[in-house]
Amino acid sequence: MSVTISIQDLVKKYGESVVIPELSVEIQKGEFFTLLGPSGCGKTTLLRMIAGFNSIEGGTISFNDKVINNVEPGKRNIGMVFQSYAIFPHLTVKGNIAFGLQNRKMSKPEIAEKVEDILKVVQIEQFQDRMPKNLSGGQQQRVALARAIVIRPDVLLMDEPLSNLDAKLRIDMRNAIKEIQREVGITTVYVTHDQEEAMAVSDRIAVMKSGIIQHLGTPQEIYQRPANVFVATFIGRTNIVDATLKHEQGQYTLQLEQGYQEVIPNVRVPKANAQSSLAVKVSIRPEEFIMSEDQTGIQATIVHSVFLGQHTQYFVDLASGQRAEITQESQTAQLLSPGQTIYLKVKPDKINVYDAKGELNYTGSAQL
Amino acid sequence: MNRARRRFDIWTNISLLIFLFYIVFLALPLFTLLIKSFYNGTTGDFSLAYFVKFFSKPYYLNALFNSIKVTICVTLLAAVIATPLAYIMATVKIRGNSTIRILILISSMSAPFIGAYSWILLLGRNGVITKFVKSVFGFTMPDIYGFGGILLVLTLQMVPLIFMYVSGALKSVDQSLMEAAESMGYKGISKMRKVLLPLITPTLLAGGLLVFMRALADFGTPMLIGEGYRTVPVLIFNEFISEVGGDDGFAAAISVIVVIFATAVFLLQKSVSNRKSYTMSALNPIEAKSKKGIGNVLAHIVIYLYTLLALLPQLYVIYTSFLKTSGRIFVKGYSLDSYREAFDSIGSAIQNTFVLAISSLIIIILLAVLIAYVTVRRKNALTNTLDIFTMFPYIVPGSILGIALLVTFNHKPLVISGTAIIIIVSFVIRRLPYTIRSSAAILHQINGGIEEAAISLGASQMKTFFKITLPMMIAGVVSGAILSWVTIITELSTSIILYTAKTKTVTVAIYTEVIRGNYGVAAALSTILTVITVVSLLIFLKLTGQKEISM
Repeated sequence: MSVTISIQDLVKKYGESVVIPELSVEIQKGEFFTLLGPSGCGKTTLLRMIAGFNSIEGGTISFNDKVINNVEPGKRNIGMVFQSYAIFPHLTVKGNIAFGLQNRKMSKPEIAEKVEDILKVVQIEQFQDRMPKNLSGGQQQRVALARAIVIRPDVLLMDEPLSNLDAKLRIDMRNAIKEIQREVGITTVYVTHDQEEAMAVSDRIAVMKSGIIQHLGTPQEIYQRPANVFVATFIGRTNIVDATLKHEQGQYTLQLEQGYQEVIPNVRVPKANAQSSLAVKVSIRPEEFIMSEDQTGIQATIVHSVFLGQHTQYFVDLASGQRAEITQESQTAQLLSPGQTIYLKVKPDKINVYDAKGELNYTGSAQL
Repeated sequence: MNRARRRFDIWTNISLLIFLFYIVFLALPLFTLLIKSFYNGTTGDFSLAYFVKFFSKPYYLNALFNSIKVTICVTLLAAVIATPLAYIMATVKIRGNSTIRILILISSMSAPFIGAYSWILLLGRNGVITKFVKSVFGFTMPDIYGFGGILLVLTLQMVPLIFMYVSGALKSVDQSLMEAAESMGYKGISKMRKVLLPLITPTLLAGGLLVFMRALADFGTPMLIGEGYRTVPVLIFNEFISEVGGDDGFAAAISVIVVIFATAVFLLQKSVSNRKSYTMSALNPIEAKSKKGIGNVLAHIVIYLYTLLALLPQLYVIYTSFLKTSGRIFVKGYSLDSYREAFDSIGSAIQNTFVLAISSLIIIILLAVLIAYVTVRRKNALTNTLDIFTMFPYIVPGSILGIALLVTFNHKPLVISGTAIIIIVSFVIRRLPYTIRSSAAILHQINGGIEEAAISLGASQMKTFFKITLPMMIAGVVSGAILSWVTIITELSTSIILYTAKTKTVTVAIYTEVIRGNYGVAAALSTILTVITVVSLLIFLKLTGQKEISM
């Protein structure tokens, strides 16, 4: 059954251009592991290398210590769910699901039983004799999933399986996928560019850019302590501002605009960078701003506001001229109107402080 | 799986086998022809004498000039007639729309020379219309023989091809593009010129190329109606076939010149159309609307009149097949004599046609499916070369391929001249592209992920192909196969060179009967051929649920 996937120094090249330079990662047994990144970051390429549909130009992929570089896709015992579903249009729902089992020299009653079981798991029993063209997108998705897991694969690979569904169905299906995965306990590698979807389903997420894993961690780590400015801006929304980090009497003080400063509790600066005064980049998420009552902090002017129900979003111009986004829990009072002046403070324990290039996080414990 | 392994799977072997087939039956014959053109037939020395002879005598150069003139005129005229027809059909609701489309399709499916001989019966020196005009109005109509006749017959034959191409392109133009143009102040002619015409230009170029190649290669029409007006295919045929003064080497040299010319045109067209291609898909295709008033009446008149004109030769042939004959002359009254005679004397031709065509078709389907798969899904140097090979029949006129096959396979090591095999080979090579194209087109629409899904579920490559890919390709394969079939049974220019008494097909029989002046029998055979063609087309339309054929 379920396996550990270890990837060692994996290289993917197309001709001369290197798509993935020396990537290593260990995916735990039974883990729901997500590859997340913008298009072209190499996430689908990596997934298809695990599946065996893309060639490997260097390094190894192993399932439970067995190197599978030269094993044909059909012999890797994987289940794959494709972005386009790739349902066989000339076979019924049952025919699609039974296809993989028929390759495994099983008796007919045994196949029928397994198909029956899996139809229940993905809740499409009532459609079992339909042709795919008579199914909705969500139902086709369930067929694709059932077809992939009915063969009891060692690894389940999913390539943006929800990107063709509408928003509401996407949320229903991602919950269903998570539930089914937990139930069958298969090591799962999931590819998506949707960070919300990734956080909702994953045990761990690898955020990728240009074929390199930028941050590997749990959804919480990745959101709260992003490893660098790219991850901070890619996951959720944030404001990046320049600031100065002072190191005095064993504590770090962040100096923001207009003399506003806060003591940051959990800063760790590597010795190589250690100076009494450092230029830094600060990532402040919209909800990490506090509107100050006492007219201290960073002065800002409201540009416009968006009422979203639970929250209200404000776009403001900071005194420096930089545009920033802040989120507040909605109040019963009237919304702040454009032109109004407010003062902003930050939540010192939540914001993230990076080096001047935005490549190294000085805050928290999310260092890799 | 690493790259080296993928390169040598079962598909590589299949590609190699097909490649070998093309080397032996296409590349080798054409190469033999080329060699032949450079060697003196009597002394066996290398010489450019044939080419010098061709380019130094006005007699031969004129034929080349005539061919180019006919081909260019036919192509332009067909485009000028077909485009407005397609536009009218696309924008105006014509009564009997789908029937008209099928009739236009049928009009293009007969062998061109049948049209030629029917027009001779109508407008020739003793034609019914000629005689009628003379007796009623007392003047002699202009002569149909020569350039004018060839132009008339070939244009009418080719219009449907461009019509179908353009109709297909118009379907992919989104209505909103037209509306956008209108919103910016373009109306009527300027809208068509500025927006619609550029959008369908790539299609016009593709259709134009097909027409160009067919008109250039057509042998039967100028032979029958050209009289003194000599074109290159006629020249080649005479040089090759004629027993007095004919010269294989010279025929080969002319063939080489034609193929080079055709290749140049082909490459020119490709380079132009590559720069002008778009991919379009219409969410809201242009819809035919009911028009009112004079415009509506005019549209109907134009469409009906054209359809009638296009079908007239075939209808007249069918009519004459039921006329009573005395010897070779039609006499008053009706009878089935012509059919009786057709079955008695050359009934075997019908059987031959079926045997040869069905055998060819089976091979075509098999090869086309495999070629389509390897050229679409397994792109590499080998399959790219294969792809180019399969395009050759577009460029090489049928009579030239016939000659090439004959001069190559009438001596050891492989002697198949005079057998059914050589005819089947020629049919396969020439009519394979239709089935390949439709099979490849449908394969392009099938998401490659579906095959990967099957493989990821543990199916082997062959099992994936036969259980998943092939069933999904069937519709495309069938539609191409029917086109191949119809064009096989109406094929003349290659079989006229390769046939023997034992392998005479219906089309060849019609041609020889027409040459003998045996019009009654020719008409009966033509009618039988038309019936087979129409039935095939109707089966096709029924099977695919389509209303037209895209080529």
